[in-house]
Amino acid sequence: MKTESVLEKVFNSGQLAVTSECGPPRGALPEKVIEKAKMLEGYVDAINVTDNQTAMVRMSSLAACILIKQIGLDPIFQMVTRDRNRLAMQSDIIGAYSHGINTMLCLSGDHPHFGDHPMAANVYDLDSVQLVQTVRKMRDEGKFQGGDDILNPPKMFIGAAANPFADPFELRVARLAKKINAGVDFIQTQCIYNMAKFETWMQGVCDRGLDKKVHIMAGITPMKSVGMARYMKNRVPGMDVPDEIVKRLAGVSKKEQPQEGIKIAVEQIQRLKEVPGVHGFHIMAIEWEQKVPEIVEKAGLYPRPEIK
Amino acid sequence: MITAERKPMEEIIESVRPYNRILLVGCNECVTVCAAGGRKEVGILSSALQMAFMQEGKTLDIKELTLERQCDPEYVEELVTVIDQADAVLSMACGCGVQEVARRYKDKPVYPALNTLFMGAAERQGVWAERCQGCGDCILGLTGGICPVARCSKRLLNGPCGGSTAGKCEISQDVDCVWQLIWDRMKALGIENRYEEVMTAKDWRTSRDGGPRKIIREDLV
Repeated sequence: MKTESVLEKVFNSGQLAVTSECGPPRGALPEKVIEKAKMLEGYVDAINVTDNQTAMVRMSSLAACILIKQIGLDPIFQMVTRDRNRLAMQSDIIGAYSHGINTMLCLSGDHPHFGDHPMAANVYDLDSVQLVQTVRKMRDEGKFQGGDDILNPPKMFIGAAANPFADPFELRVARLAKKINAGVDFIQTQCIYNMAKFETWMQGVCDRGLDKKVHIMAGITPMKSVGMARYMKNRVPGMDVPDEIVKRLAGVSKKEQPQEGIKIAVEQIQRLKEVPGVHGFHIMAIEWEQKVPEIVEKAGLYPRPEIK
Repeated sequence: MITAERKPMEEIIESVRPYNRILLVGCNECVTVCAAGGRKEVGILSSALQMAFMQEGKTLDIKELTLERQCDPEYVEELVTVIDQADAVLSMACGCGVQEVARRYKDKPVYPALNTLFMGAAERQGVWAERCQGCGDCILGLTGGICPVARCSKRLLNGPCGGSTAGKCEISQDVDCVWQLIWDRMKALGIENRYEEVMTAKDWRTSRDGGPRKIIREDLV
């Protein structure tokens, strides 16, 4: 074991891991964080806390992680390299670890162009791969990126993202290999809708034996409506929503669409459980956290393993 | 070369409004090539300003001059014979030229007529695009001769991010995904296996982050 992370322990037990996410509020509303996290209690192994997602200012990921930790749940501290330089990132990592947070997800983050501060300076002192490398160096060598020793180095279980649906597709396995070279322990993928394409990517991953070097969690986002499916298909960069998903949702009444969306998500999980190299699921129910328990139960992922 | 664009007319008019006599100074180098501040643009701006002032019932005495290189003290010295005939200088050079004039003529207000944009190249007639950020530690040898520092919207050294779609950047259909270009080029050169080598955190001291930079060539000083 590299860390005390519950997620690492679940992976090591050989069972499928389950994570979900909680987007912090756009204001000083700690009760909202706790309310969202409690909806997930007992149904997931750890809860991702997003970091100014879609480049909109929100309560800091670190603060929201601490709130979640304080109620006895396990947060995954997401960190984007867009908003702060290597000094700020490393100090936040130490801060997080000082509060018992031991699992991270390293991302580059959405460009400010998409958010509510498109006029903001874009930091990118490091990219996501270099952040992975930095966190690994802090953990395994006990050194800061700049080379000095850290007093009581933070032992983080290190995650990163992968999007098998972005272009160029042929590079996407190599990109995963690159993140593995940098030191990543687990991967959460972009939301999967194009199952065939995901399976092709996983085949490429397994052909190279990369599935033995990293734990891959398949990303699942239930569609609330046909409108959401169309929006994701046409407007969200790097998202691949096949027509059949849109048609299936359009084929039922508006009232039934949310249930159909849940059904699709559960079917996806069932199918992906059979894909070699998939070690878990990351269920991103965007502003729909209350549905996660139902998905987890219906997909046969409940109860979650008891980890000491 | 350095590229620039003329500021909006209203902003330029506002900047020279307090003055009766101005010296409008162009530059024969980069800004001439990108058609922003050469002799021709100096003439056009001069006419436009005179017309604008005339419509307000005022007159503006404009002396036009285009220097060989406004970032070079040797040529900026040429203004010495005419500088006293002007209340202010309106410069059509890049920011380097504006500052050189300000440095040399300490008691003369200098205003920029251009917004200096980037170091770039001409993609075709009338189109210039950013190519270099002057990071001071060139990595083009590792990236197939295409720069991710200048041309990736997130300056990712280990791209592409998850937003690359059909060769385009997630921020706009008008922006190429530079990592798609780098990947294509690596394949053409048969060096795509090198993609998996992690490019480690960059030392930005050689870039602007290390403070204002200076080159001192002892052999030339």
